[in-house]
Amino acid sequence: MPIPILMPALSPTMEEGTLTKWLVNEGDNVVAGDIIAEIETDKATMEVEAVDDGRVGKILIGEGTENVAVNAPIALILEEGEDNAALAGFDAAAEPAAPAPPSSAQISEIIVEPAPEGTGPKPVVTNGQGGRPIASPLARRLASDNAIDLGALSGSGPHGRIVKRDVEKALDGGFEEVAGPKASTGQVMAPRSASAVPAMSDEDILALYEPGTYEVVPIDKMRRIIATRLTQAKQTIPHFRLEVDCELDALLAARKRLNAMSPADGPKSFRISVNDMIIKAMGMALQKVPDANATWTEHGILRHMGSDIGVAVAVEGGLFTPVIRHAEIKSLSEISNEMKDLAGRARERRLAPHEYQGGTTSISNLGMMGVKSFDAVINPPQATILAVGSGEKRPIVKGDEIKVVTLMSCTLACDHRVVDGALGAKLLTAFKGFIEEPVTMLV
Amino acid sequence: MSSEASFDLVVIGTGPGGYVAAIRAAQLGLKAAVIEREHLGGICLNWGCIPTKALLRTSELYLTLEHAERYGISVSGLSFDIQKIVQRSRGVAKQLSAGVAYLMKKNKIEVIEGEARLLAPGRVAVKGQDAGEREIQAKHVIIATGARARTLPGLEPDGERIWTYREAMVPAAMPASLLVVGSGAIGIEFASFYRALGAEVTVVEIMDRVLPVEDEEISALAQKAFAKQGMTIQTGTQVEKLEVTAAGVTASLKGSDGAGSEITVERVILAVGITGNVEGLGLEALGVKVERGHIVIDEWCRTGAEGVYAIGDVVGPPWLAHKASHEGILCVEKIVGLDNLHPLDTSRIPGCTYCTPQIASVGLSEAAARDVGREVKVGRFPFQANGKAIALGEPEGLVKTVFDAKTGELLGAHMIGAEVTELIQGFAIAKTLETTEAELIESIFPHPTLSEMMHESVLDAYGRVINF
Repeated sequence: MPIPILMPALSPTMEEGTLTKWLVNEGDNVVAGDIIAEIETDKATMEVEAVDDGRVGKILIGEGTENVAVNAPIALILEEGEDNAALAGFDAAAEPAAPAPPSSAQISEIIVEPAPEGTGPKPVVTNGQGGRPIASPLARRLASDNAIDLGALSGSGPHGRIVKRDVEKALDGGFEEVAGPKASTGQVMAPRSASAVPAMSDEDILALYEPGTYEVVPIDKMRRIIATRLTQAKQTIPHFRLEVDCELDALLAARKRLNAMSPADGPKSFRISVNDMIIKAMGMALQKVPDANATWTEHGILRHMGSDIGVAVAVEGGLFTPVIRHAEIKSLSEISNEMKDLAGRARERRLAPHEYQGGTTSISNLGMMGVKSFDAVINPPQATILAVGSGEKRPIVKGDEIKVVTLMSCTLACDHRVVDGALGAKLLTAFKGFIEEPVTMLV
Repeated sequence: MSSEASFDLVVIGTGPGGYVAAIRAAQLGLKAAVIEREHLGGICLNWGCIPTKALLRTSELYLTLEHAERYGISVSGLSFDIQKIVQRSRGVAKQLSAGVAYLMKKNKIEVIEGEARLLAPGRVAVKGQDAGEREIQAKHVIIATGARARTLPGLEPDGERIWTYREAMVPAAMPASLLVVGSGAIGIEFASFYRALGAEVTVVEIMDRVLPVEDEEISALAQKAFAKQGMTIQTGTQVEKLEVTAAGVTASLKGSDGAGSEITVERVILAVGITGNVEGLGLEALGVKVERGHIVIDEWCRTGAEGVYAIGDVVGPPWLAHKASHEGILCVEKIVGLDNLHPLDTSRIPGCTYCTPQIASVGLSEAAARDVGREVKVGRFPFQANGKAIALGEPEGLVKTVFDAKTGELLGAHMIGAEVTELIQGFAIAKTLETTEAELIESIFPHPTLSEMMHESVLDAYGRVINF
């Protein structure tokens, strides 16, 4: 008898949701753990995994169907030996099965994503206990004046209230923060910064330059945060780097073919960049080497499930790293269009904190600026960052012949507390594999 | 020497630091004892805060009655009896001291009478009245022995003509003339008391203004008010010598310009600061450091000697009962290992002086805020624009607030005028809750009250004052 896959409940109060996408077709074989569909409410997106092996016999609810009741069957899985005849009598109108834990579908992860403007509740940043962060008025004002996310702090006041000294500590670089907006992972502290050798005083520095030979540019909030966080990164994260050259010719050819397929205009049109494909490849590589998709905390290493890729976007006076969440399951056109939107809004400084916080790795690409290779500073609390140089034709020896290929040098900086040399090498090799054989990203 | 029971905590001294620490320890399940050589409640209850408040209540009433006509009341034959005034003050002290005895009993804290001396970490000897010495075992010892009046060379009290606070509190007769040396809270309160009851009072202050720890503007207003009451104030002046004669005491004064002068008075009150009671405790042998008459402690009141702590006046300024109590609680909670403790933040300790007019403040003065590099917004609101103040017949005074211009943090509040000692807690709470000007502006203050001036002062700092 076919096993029905039921519409899962995202929360105890959810009654219905939208079946946004099928990731399998009728007739496809699935094994337990395969992600077969995506479901969303106004608050969240959720993946549905198969728990049993079998074949997708019938899809009962089509893609894009809204208001699907919880526990309604959405598809039927045929067990080994069953054929389509077993499907007789089942259709979309079939009685919903008795409410039961979704036995043949399970929630693999809940991704809290922002609701579209104006629909549903706005996402809130919390200090891991639900609700708004508890903070004194002065702490709130100091945080907002200095672009500090209160949700990223832990409070030292009564009942965990965030008070002035907590914000001041964060401003001084002694960050204690949660892993990002994924409140469901709980509150985790990052290590306090080790006491570092004091830097030269401003007075000492000014004494070295003749007054009148320079101008003083005020430090804005973004610059202050970049300075604080990257100093913290360099002082507290044991960095090491690995470098690899990737052959780009197959990827460039694929990109050309894909872009040629795009509709001339309209919402479905796309223009995939090399960087979009790098994002996708990194997303896939982290899934292939999940140990490297991690964050160090004093309580334990966070092993992230999704590949949330921060992408450095230079903006006037600084940079943002908006995050492409779940790059591993997004199509290239989705990544491409999302990236365009995020980068555009980053340049206008209109990103919401949840759009640039909490990635699991980052990519910094200076290739388009002619840089051959470089290394980047890890964006805490992430464990890795990939620095991408330009793709250029270089002669290399293949077999016993000199060949001209397009090469791109990539440097992976790793947090040694989480990612050891061999693990970093595995990640970089996986990445290189996806870049050099882009078709393997489809597997 | 007989060996005695052992305790988790023994507190030496039962002033507002010591007895409060013992109660907190008992609440947290420690077996606690206190050692007291004189009166339960210490100086505060017996020879300080409380009995002086009783005296000042009398002088305040007397001043009001002198002006009873203003309120439509006819009073004739107004007089006072200094002995009855003192008697009442002693009665108040006695009542509260008995209250501390009750609290010790209620919290099962053993009260040991006698002089304590630390023998070694964990061992305290107590010498009682009967000359017998007993030994007590204590895992933790808190020294809360308080302080006494400081004396300077040439300015020694004799208990007859030259008083400290102690004699000044129990005068046998009203002096016709009085010299008060030092214009801190203690000096000014006695000056105020004796002036109100008719003594010719001269206050000599070495600094350039009275109440030098207060905001300069408040000091200036206070000085003006005291002068109006008929006090003679000599700032920037030093008392070089006191000479007791048959007629009284002749004081040699020297101004900051070097000019000398003399003044002869019936009595002198020395109020030139206090010094910690650090003697005879066996501190040296334990390696407890004493600097300038005060025990040196860290942020958790630890002396550096194993299991030995110190709190309150014996560790230094600000010499305030509520600071001692807070330290006592903090010290005990740290000993027990409670979570989420924070060292004492001195910017949140309010200070009150109960002269007429009263003075109260918390946090940084305007000048101090500027000195530490803060850009400030300052608000002021005068009593003369407050309905309740006018109705009370108390139209003199000022509420001043100092905010950080950038963050809206309330850096300090400074008040002079009727009842301000009862108002300052509002700003103390505001500071602890870390409210900014926004919450204070949004708060609704009851009308008609003096507290409305607190609101108006904040509004004034932000250019929004309504009633002035």
